Amino acid sequence: MLATEHDDALVAGLRAGDSHAFEKLLREHGPRLLRLARRFLANEEDARDALQDAMVAVYRSVAEFKSGAALSTWLHRIVVNAALMKLRTKRRHPEEDIEQYLPRFLEDGHRREPGTAWAESADSVLEREELRGAVREAIAKLPDAYRIVLHLRDIEELSTAETAEILGTTKNIVKIRLHRARQALRTLLDETMK
Amino acid sequence: MMKPTCRQLIDFLDDYVAGELARERVEGFEWHLARCPSCVAYVASYRDTIRAAQHASAVEIEDVPADLLTAILATVTSRK
Repeated sequence: MLATEHDDALVAGLRAGDSHAFEKLLREHGPRLLRLARRFLANEEDARDALQDAMVAVYRSVAEFKSGAALSTWLHRIVVNAALMKLRTKRRHPEEDIEQYLPRFLEDGHRREPGTAWAESADSVLEREELRGAVREAIAKLPDAYRIVLHLRDIEELSTAETAEILGTTKNIVKIRLHRARQALRTLLDETMK
Repeated sequence: MMKPTCRQLIDFLDDYVAGELARERVEGFEWHLARCPSCVAYVASYRDTIRAAQHASAVEIEDVPADLLTAILATVTSRK
């Protein structure tokens, strides 16, 4: 059975109110969706709550799922929305302005602050836990709109089109946010990696 | 051939690292990079930023914990 046929059969089961189909969907897609929720929510209880909220929403709104659409993308969208809701209720500090982390230029187009090469490489991050922690902290400082795109595109490795569909936005906005998120993250890592 | 400034290079850097930049722009990029050590360092650190984010965020996919699975199924069943 093709993946799409398999998903169509699952959705048909859900629409018929088949609890076995729901359990199957949860067992098949739940692990990836829980990992996604954990990416956005550092607190494990919050991530679990977000998955639970999302799965209830899936059960309730399965009639809205369009046949032929990608089930995985639809599920990602619901989990991202549940995680965002949770983030907004939990936030204690205002988000930082991303502009402060973007490169600045002189009128002639040259960089205002010349770049220097990093002493540490991405491979060092793979090898050293303290660097991995520093990178995770830097990612956490990005405003939600940028952090989510970075997670979906660079970490989950979804396409620009899939990310745009999940976030209900355009491919161009995804591209702009991803580029800005990477530039801001590069600035945030500069001191650690130099 | 377009001769980009540092700003123009960085504006299109995402397409460059993705290999999606039009050929005529790639030539301009390479012309600029041959003359600007600062942008060479920036491009290298931009690529490292992407890989560092991937390395720092790599986690295995685990099954949904049994208690959570049970809780979700119970919640949904109770709403039937």
